[in-house]
Amino acid sequence: MTLREIVDSLEATVHLGEGNLDTEVSHAFASDLMSEVLTLSDTPLLITGLCNMQTIRTCDMANIDQILLVRNKKPTDEMLELAEDNDMTIISCRYSMFKTCGILFQKGLLPLY
Amino acid sequence: MHQEYTIIEGDFVNAGKASSSVKKTLKQLDVNPSVVKRVVVALYEAEVNAIAHAYGGKVLVDIDEDKIHMVVADKGPGIPDIAQAMQEGYSTARPEVRDMGFGAGMGLPNMQKNVDKLDVKSTVGVGTTVEMEVNFS
Repeated sequence: MTLREIVDSLEATVHLGEGNLDTEVSHAFASDLMSEVLTLSDTPLLITGLCNMQTIRTCDMANIDQILLVRNKKPTDEMLELAEDNDMTIISCRYSMFKTCGILFQKGLLPLY
Repeated sequence: MHQEYTIIEGDFVNAGKASSSVKKTLKQLDVNPSVVKRVVVALYEAEVNAIAHAYGGKVLVDIDEDKIHMVVADKGPGIPDIAQAMQEGYSTARPEVRDMGFGAGMGLPNMQKNVDKLDVKSTVGVGTTVEMEVNFS
């Protein structure tokens, strides 16, 4: 599915990367624990409730460029600036992590493991 | 090529700045992307550890033609039992470290998984030095 379909499914807000919405996304990984994200060898969409500079830094190190913030978290200007430097897409939705994952799984987004 | 970075105690906002900079340098040097990822994941975990547990320190990076050598040296409480600290899941992190998305006892194991050489030396009450090396091929 495309990032645009993810945005529509979750009634999400696009904070950064409006131009990347036609990118195809096949897999997602959900975690608030950044050390866990750093163990991944693939580069899925990251679904997380952690909304701070380390979310962006971790994605930079892990080569992940699509971030979905849940539970109504909004990125700060500082986060957006760093994310923009790394050509990332950041979207957010109001749903919980569980509900977000459930909706996207039902729509066909695959887990990494 | 030698690079040095300073780590300031509790400076979580800047945790990862050294790793980001090293990533850019290695990309410019056309190092294999999977090797770059191993380097920066290990260095980032070491940076976060130094910021989270110590009272400041230094990151020293030396890049040769065939390998990168990294030293993260902190002034801090030290690690009383390094073998225990290397176990996945063992953590002494404060709640604010967990709020940053770390502190689950995965840092040192993550470093070990990603580097070719890891040496951790620590003196209680003085500090800890983490030395890592990654070969480019």
